[in-house]
Amino acid sequence: MAEVLVLVEHVDGAVKKITTELLTAARQLGEPSAVVVGAPGTAAGYADTLKEFGAAKIYAAESDEALTYLVAPKSDILASIAGSASPAAILIAATAEGKEIAGRLAVKLESGLLYDVVGLGADGVATQAIFAGQVIVKSQVTSGTPIYVLKGGAVDAEAAPAAGELVEASVSLSEAATKAKILDRVVESSGSRPELTDANIVVSGGRGVGSADNFKVVEDLADSLGAAVGASRAAVDSGFYPHQFQVGQTGKTVSPQLYVALGISGAIQHRAGMQTSKTIVAVNKDPEAPIFELADFGVVGDLFAVAPQAAEEVRKRKG
Amino acid sequence: MNIVVLVKQVPDSGTERSLRADDKTVERDSASLVINEMDEYAIEEALKVKEAVGGTVTVLTMGPDKATESIRKALSMGPDGAVHVNDPALHGSDALATSKVLAKALQGLEWDLVIAGAESTDGRAAAMASMLSERLGVAGLTGARKLTVDGSTLTIERQLEDGYQVVEAQTPAIVSVWDTINEPRYPSFKGIMAAKKKPVDTKSLADLGVDASEVGLGAATSSVVEFAPRPPRAAGEKITDEGDAGSKLVAYLAAEKIV
Ligand SMILES: Cc1cc2nc3c(=O)[nH]c(=O)nc-3n(C[C@H](O)[C@H](O)[C@H](O)COP(=O)(O)OP(=O)(O)OC[C@H]3O[C@@H](n4cnc5c(N)ncnc54)[C@H](O)[C@@H]3O)c2cc1C
Ligand SMILES: Cc1cc2nc3c(=O)[nH]c(=O)nc-3n(C[C@H](O)[C@H](O)[C@H](O)COP(=O)(O)OP(=O)(O)OC[C@H]3O[C@@H](n4cnc5c(N)ncnc54)[C@H](O)[C@@H]3O)c2cc1C
Repeated sequence: MAEVLVLVEHVDGAVKKITTELLTAARQLGEPSAVVVGAPGTAAGYADTLKEFGAAKIYAAESDEALTYLVAPKSDILASIAGSASPAAILIAATAEGKEIAGRLAVKLESGLLYDVVGLGADGVATQAIFAGQVIVKSQVTSGTPIYVLKGGAVDAEAAPAAGELVEASVSLSEAATKAKILDRVVESSGSRPELTDANIVVSGGRGVGSADNFKVVEDLADSLGAAVGASRAAVDSGFYPHQFQVGQTGKTVSPQLYVALGISGAIQHRAGMQTSKTIVAVNKDPEAPIFELADFGVVGDLFAVAPQAAEEVRKRKG
Repeated sequence: MNIVVLVKQVPDSGTERSLRADDKTVERDSASLVINEMDEYAIEEALKVKEAVGGTVTVLTMGPDKATESIRKALSMGPDGAVHVNDPALHGSDALATSKVLAKALQGLEWDLVIAGAESTDGRAAAMASMLSERLGVAGLTGARKLTVDGSTLTIERQLEDGYQVVEAQTPAIVSVWDTINEPRYPSFKGIMAAKKKPVDTKSLADLGVDASEVGLGAATSSVVEFAPRPPRAAGEKITDEGDAGSKLVAYLAAEKIV
């Protein structure tokens, strides 16, 4: 069976969940080989997880140097492994970096590239949700080694233990790959609330919240529910809340169990970032607001009355 | 410093967009077409660099006849001139072919810096700057929320989910920018009038030395099998607050076993 390369996403010594999903998707197309690009000595630590989800081989591309340059080294490494392994396909996570790695790789291999894939079948047909999710497209690669860039949740991760043989992959960087040097990494923490894109519940505020100070009302309902806080672009542009919390086309895409929209009208670009949420609740004083078209439970009313009452009720129920 | 800004014309992302039933490419005829939003930030950044260190700003667009409108709009913000790659054979080009053509066009221009948007609102590959830097063998400083130019040294803050990276390179380089980088200026009346007289150099594939068989729908490395509108969400429950909507909302969440 042909190999299917999966680029491993990892952080702080752990394999990210998306990688287990990619390995699961890869098993439909061939025999998964995980590719770990990391500091010397990291790949072995990931072996248990990678094996559990079906990696027959684990390529360890370990190099401190590769990590000091932006994007290009990872596509160099994948291209070199693809050169010897002749894989049936290559799977990469649809993060900002993943999309760039895939773009460079497509150029190197002259291969077709499908990005933002939300579903992948055994026949190699990929599903994409385009135009802010309004249109569902099925497409396939017709030339070269198919490169699929998958979004989180495209497939459900399922364990299927495999050998996970560790193979050392030599790392040699082209001159062109060492032109953008990473000098520093700065983390701007999101505080004590859950990470927006991982959270089970997201409570977002829009322009209707009215001021930065008033966002306390949004935060209070979020905290009662143990939720992350999000914001519409209008709220961000008005300076009510920091940009890193923006939900939508030009912000983050979230798909929580529950999304609560407070004072958000529901513009197409906002929906693009939240319409796949399992349950959507909206509070808006305008009965005609488009957000109600997708709300499972809509309240026509003043958010400053409804949200605090809801927060209090949640706290009462939780005891 | 000579700067090229990449500007793509796209269907307005605030409207209903669709694909054509015949060849499954983007429906442009009925769409309201605008400059890709991030590209306005790219133009603004290019103008700021020019204002700081001198040089020229040239707009580069690959697109059909209609893209002329977006080119004029871009020029009205202040760039010196534009190159418009326009050829019927380009219709339906995929990301690989687009990068090939844009790379060829860039090879025919003199520049130290190329600035692109980080992502288009239609294709959303978010990879064009990387693909071009791969093709041209120059540095790719992608996803910037801040750009600093010091002689031939470029430094960006690369925007990440939870913070940023500081990344440095020498010119020539390709930078891509997010909307966090600046606040694009509005074209002035003077700018709009001046834009009408600015040079727009139209190039065909033959002018660029690209064979028509390498681009367009026929050469695409992927194809759309089928498409359909997303099924609408089932209608939900809607209540009007009578003083107890907060409690009713939580009762609903409890019934759904969310709280
Ligand atoms: C290229 C592009 C990309 C974009 N990307 C994004 C994106 O990523 N994310 C995003 O969110 N937007 C994005 N937008 C902007 C989008 O088009 C809308 O402008 C934006 O989502 C509106 O935000 P809003 O709903 O908070 O504000 P508004 O549309 O002003 O809505 C405010 C709502 O609050 C309600 N309200 C007011 N007071 C109260 C109250 N006391 N109680 C209850 N309700 C109240 C009003 O009835 C109204 O419906 C983008 C736009 C463009 C052009
Ligand atoms: C809905 C949709 C889905 C698609 N899916 C795929 C796919 O899965 N695989 C595939 O190979 N192709 C796909 N394409 C085609 C591909 O998007 C186009 O070839 C496109 O020109 C390049 O990708 P992008 O606009 O997404 O680029 P992005 O990388 O998102 O654009 C970033 C920047 O590049 C610059 N730029 C991009 N295009 C041009 C241009 N024509 N002229 C000047 N500057 C430009 C702009 O500065 C822009 O801000 C898709 C197109 C659409 C509309």
